[in-house]
Amino acid sequence: MAELAAETPLPADHAVLAQLGELRRLAIVPAFNEEASVGRVIDEIRAFDPGFEIAVIDDGSTDRTAGMAADRGAYVIRLPFNLGIGGAVQTGYRFAFEHGYDVAVQVDGDGQHDPAELPKILAPVLTGEADLVVGSRFAARGGDAYRSSAVRRVGIRLFASVVSAVVRQRVTDTTSGFRAVNRKGIALFAADYPHDYPEVEATVMCVKHKLRLKEVPVAMRERSGGRSSITAARSAYYMVKVLLAIFVGLFRRYAVPPEEEHR
Amino acid sequence: MTPLPVSIGAAVASFLLLLVVFELIRSRRLRERYALLWVLTGCVLLALSLWRGGLNTIASWFGVTSYPPAIIGAVGALFILAVLLHYSTVISRLSDQNTILAQRLALLEQQLREGR
Repeated sequence: MAELAAETPLPADHAVLAQLGELRRLAIVPAFNEEASVGRVIDEIRAFDPGFEIAVIDDGSTDRTAGMAADRGAYVIRLPFNLGIGGAVQTGYRFAFEHGYDVAVQVDGDGQHDPAELPKILAPVLTGEADLVVGSRFAARGGDAYRSSAVRRVGIRLFASVVSAVVRQRVTDTTSGFRAVNRKGIALFAADYPHDYPEVEATVMCVKHKLRLKEVPVAMRERSGGRSSITAARSAYYMVKVLLAIFVGLFRRYAVPPEEEHR
Repeated sequence: MTPLPVSIGAAVASFLLLLVVFELIRSRRLRERYALLWVLTGCVLLALSLWRGGLNTIASWFGVTSYPPAIIGAVGALFILAVLLHYSTVISRLSDQNTILAQRLALLEQQLREGR
């Protein structure tokens, strides 16, 4: 922890932890066949802050993902079949909404998100500066440390410019699933969350609903296990589908987030 | 003018379509709600086959003078497109409902396990 504080002078870990105080906080961990990494993800979240409750959304895994998570005392929500990342993450937000959590973070079960970076995405939510905070691999200027295929990089850049134009705010990494939201964000995502490849649309949706978005630079790791759900073959489908969704979304009147007592 | 065998053939085919749809509804294998578009398709095609003068008139509106029955094919294709589009919306709705059910089931199961 001391190391991290040295790397990132502000916000210091302990300051963020102090602000978390009595807030009820949930880590949503979507996992599809991640038995190799999900246990470590849970341990690392606890190592950052034992006060975090952890909900692992097992998206129809055929391996021991659910068992590994249950052994570590996380809440395990097992979907009866694979819904895809959007349906899985929304299940987590519904859980957070119905159980009255104040703050939720999304941490992928594949280990590419480093829970030691949680303070960076939590800080703007806790200070009330933003309703949704996205951890970006690219926000740091010049720092393109994250390695990925050329096709993916082109796609990521294209989405970044489209989304930046739509939300009238600079956005560099729209596909990042490393996010933190407050109660407003939880309520919105519990009520309405995009399917298939949801991150880009969720970002746009948030801004359309007048939630404040903030992007902060974070370091991400190489995947520690499992396979990426986005193969080269699916990239074209991904791009067309998401661009269509954003375009149609511009003409859509969004559902109002439900009242707190509404389920 | 439409050759008589073409009119008879088209009429028989349309009538068979209506008969099959009727039988599917009768044996409860097809809900009325999803059969309506098919019934409409069958009726329109049947009307176009039997009403030979009308088919000629309609064909002439579109400048089809050499072979009026082409209109039957075109109208049939349009109706099939409508049916397919309708089914796409039905599938989308079903898959949305399916997602919600799966999520609810998973959340309830989790609650049940915790409560034990």
